[in-house]
Amino acid sequence: MVPEALFYTKEHEWVKIENNTITIGITDYAQQMLGEITFVEPPEIGKEVQPHGELGIVESSKSASDIYSPMAGKVTELNSKLEATPELINQDCYEAGWICKLSITDESTEGLMNATQYQDYLKEL
Amino acid sequence: MPFISNTPQQQKQMLSDIGLTMDELFADIGKDLMHENFNLPVGQTEQQVRNTLAELAAKNSINLTCFLGGGFYDHFIPAAIYSLVSRSEFYTAYTPYQPELSQGTLQAIYEYQSAICRLTDMEAANASLYDGGTAIYEAMMMALRITRRNKIIIDDSVNPIYRVMIDSYTHNLKIQLEQTHCTDGLASREQILEKIDNETAAVILQNPNFFGCIDDFTDIAEAAHKKGALLIVSCYPISLGILKTPGAMDADIVIGEGQSLGMPMSFGGPYLGFMATKMKYVRKMPGRIVGQTKDKLDRQSFVLTLQAREQHIRRDKATSNICSNEALCALTALVYLSLLGKQGLKETAQLCADKASYAYKRLTAIPNVKPHFKAKWFFNEFVLDLPCDAADVIAKLIEKGLAAGFPLSRYYKGMENSILICVTEKRTKQQIGILAEALETCI
Amino acid sequence: MKLIFDKSVPQREAVRTSPSDVPTTINIKDNLLRQTPAELPELSELDVVRHFTELSRRNFGVDTNFYPLGSCTMKYNPKVAERIAAYPGFAHLHPLLPQLKIGGMLTQGALQVLYETDIMLRELTGMAGFTMQPLAGAHGELAGMMIMAAYHEDKGNKKTTVLIPDSGHGTNPASAAIAGYKVVSIPTDKNGVMDLNEFKKALNDDVAGVMLTCPNTLGLFNPHIKEICDLIHDIDALVYYDGANLNAIVGKARPGDFGFDIVHLNLHKTFATPHGGGGPGAGPVGVKEKLLPFLPISIVIERDDGTYALEYNRPKSIGYIAPFYGNFAVILKAYVYMLMLGKEGFKRVAENAVLNANYIKEKLKDHYDLAFEGLCKHECVFSAERQTKENGVHALDIAKALIDKGFHPPTVYFPIVVKEALMIEPTETESKETLDSFIDAMIEIAQLAKTDPEKLKAAPITTPACRPDETKAAKNLDIASL
Repeated sequence: MVPEALFYTKEHEWVKIENNTITIGITDYAQQMLGEITFVEPPEIGKEVQPHGELGIVESSKSASDIYSPMAGKVTELNSKLEATPELINQDCYEAGWICKLSITDESTEGLMNATQYQDYLKEL
Repeated sequence: MPFISNTPQQQKQMLSDIGLTMDELFADIGKDLMHENFNLPVGQTEQQVRNTLAELAAKNSINLTCFLGGGFYDHFIPAAIYSLVSRSEFYTAYTPYQPELSQGTLQAIYEYQSAICRLTDMEAANASLYDGGTAIYEAMMMALRITRRNKIIIDDSVNPIYRVMIDSYTHNLKIQLEQTHCTDGLASREQILEKIDNETAAVILQNPNFFGCIDDFTDIAEAAHKKGALLIVSCYPISLGILKTPGAMDADIVIGEGQSLGMPMSFGGPYLGFMATKMKYVRKMPGRIVGQTKDKLDRQSFVLTLQAREQHIRRDKATSNICSNEALCALTALVYLSLLGKQGLKETAQLCADKASYAYKRLTAIPNVKPHFKAKWFFNEFVLDLPCDAADVIAKLIEKGLAAGFPLSRYYKGMENSILICVTEKRTKQQIGILAEALETCI
Repeated sequence: MKLIFDKSVPQREAVRTSPSDVPTTINIKDNLLRQTPAELPELSELDVVRHFTELSRRNFGVDTNFYPLGSCTMKYNPKVAERIAAYPGFAHLHPLLPQLKIGGMLTQGALQVLYETDIMLRELTGMAGFTMQPLAGAHGELAGMMIMAAYHEDKGNKKTTVLIPDSGHGTNPASAAIAGYKVVSIPTDKNGVMDLNEFKKALNDDVAGVMLTCPNTLGLFNPHIKEICDLIHDIDALVYYDGANLNAIVGKARPGDFGFDIVHLNLHKTFATPHGGGGPGAGPVGVKEKLLPFLPISIVIERDDGTYALEYNRPKSIGYIAPFYGNFAVILKAYVYMLMLGKEGFKRVAENAVLNANYIKEKLKDHYDLAFEGLCKHECVFSAERQTKENGVHALDIAKALIDKGFHPPTVYFPIVVKEALMIEPTETESKETLDSFIDAMIEIAQLAKTDPEKLKAAPITTPACRPDETKAAKNLDIASL
């Protein structure tokens, strides 16, 4: 399951770009690899990151995965529902299971994959 | 051969089964890297080794009456502890990775965590750390992670044996370590409050402190919290039978040396580092944690939990590198607390305080022996000033069969004549009297 | 089973405190006192004894069952060592005694134990000197990394990274990181050892050292070990030996001869001290001559008159990493073990550990996929990938099925470089009969995977718990009864 309208990273984050704001989450592949998610440690609001900067951690009972920022930006909003129901990421990783939003100044998607490229990338794994 | 089950005949048969010789089993190492002729003694039988070690044990002086404390205490140890902790189902097990085979260890750790929380008035405890010193180090690192700051304030009334460890551990790290000096035996509010700023991660204090003095750090906790800093309190678990708890002072991380909870002194280890914190910080706490859950058949059961913080999963991003901890010592502490119980711990603590108070009166009645500090309240240790070098006096008292105390000059400048004396519930009025008489003749 | 707190009956008591022979004086001001007593259980001694005896019966230990937990060296723990560690002459010894004037003379027996343990460990590893202070293996790793840092600081080297193969124990990268180093992971090659070309590519002036387990966590001896050590020394970096797997070579070969500069040993593995259900352990660290000045304070030395003393004047030392002389009682048990084994005994340890592992490997290799072909050392690693693909049976199911057959399972899902890993370490103390019955059980489980996989997925059925819900435990945290 790889939605067309999104961009992807090699670390299995997805990113949706809309009017200088990006929404970030982890992909269906990533949530399957982690298993049932028990906890999300979100970034701080206002944190500024460079591409590949750390944006928190997603944990399952026996595994953990860092979330890396696909683009440069500043954290503006967190998905507060994940605090009580982190399993939203398992249930609906591309919509209800989004993790955070960042404001960006540069919309360049250099270094990111589109849906087709990401699907090809998954086949190689 | 000792402790090898297979007979030479069986070894031969196994080698023939797999089609190799013993030399071929080590062929991958390469001849040039093999070592022959180890310079080691010939192996001893059990009877021989018991004799050898009995002779060595006899070269240690254990018949001195012990007034030596300094964080490591000669408390009474009930017999049931040894017989329970010596059950080999406990002591020959590994870390409880397979919960089905380790419900005994896991439930015991859960109960231990609960007992530590109840003792300290905190919400969450881990399954143990190595000792009281490394526990301070881990608490400090935890505070740095929680606050994302890098300044630590530590008072010099925290056990100096631990403070030198902290100095070693922080040598390569970018941590601003600031020391305050206690005045009149108590942590100086003036100095500490002045140093707490918006860069401060934590203030580290000890109660009772190294000199035995008792304090209430509620005001310091409040001041630290106002600036977003944490309060770390190291404590002596027996004293919590009667003393105000770190939880009641609103401490954020509580650690300590658990040796006093049923462990022999054993020349320095194994001991028990305990750690407890507030629930909101539990994910930043290092070490193993046992949680209660249900199994497939809906039975109450226990597992290692929050493992995603640990080294085997997070590798270089783990909250700590700790793997083996002091599980059997944690079990010992739990059995001790269970045997003493609610009243027993309180009574033991009260006995320590009473006997120390009696010893203090007896010893300060000796001409030229004076209390060092103005601070009035102590638990079971106190500092006296002698009219001469304390280390010399202690040496003389050893010849009279007394380990009379610890000379503070070893760690504190200007305290050449000061001695730290400890009295546990094991000491008798008579022994205290002997100490008083002997001291009077040695000064 | 009820929690001990739930068995409490008000006013019941176990150990009575002795009556006071001094006046009771409430001499402490009220606001310094606790307002209500700690809610500890109130029980009789029999209640306590029954509770913990019952708990003990819900455990597997080496004494009750075969425990082939890979990388953990669960060998038999001699009873005599336990007995000796409880001798009052050792157990009642206050650790501060040697810090008193003439106090060292009060602890000559204990200091001799520490000194001779050091001497024997030097001989077994080819190192120049040991510190007994580290309180566990990972603590030894941290001490080793601090020694590495001190060496580079002393030489004015600016080194920032430590190389670690991806098959290494998780403690390796964790220890290097908390010592302040950046960790670079090196992949495993097709033969199961650290990829030599990738390693060479990673070598540069920033590299402070490399941490290796040898044989590694796949039970394989690295054929390039000498070359690796030489390459590291060429850039004035150091080679660290994680001694978790020393049992494979003890008495046969020495890390010091391979070129390792720093080693830690797990006394609770190779040296037969019990693991205590998670600890205490002990992790002495040995170093080569050039690193001796950096060892922690203090060190036991032998004086000309044959007495022992603690040396505190060590200006280049990394300082104090433990309060005293390490986990003394654990070191004492290892000392007893070494005295009993002697020269011949150690050689037989490695031989039989390796023979037992290879025996299991050969007998099971048709039934499970070997992670890597060829000779193994003290442990062998299989993959349950075949069972997973063909029958949906995972390594975890095999582990749980073994429990019902009376065996502690091997280590599963480690090393992480092997999918569905089953890591089996029998140790030298187990007999052929035990190995054979384990092998039969493993073969039967491989058959069951084909004929009745559901039975394996329902296992274990003989234990007081069956696959506790770890997700629930992590999400609805219940870690203390308050």
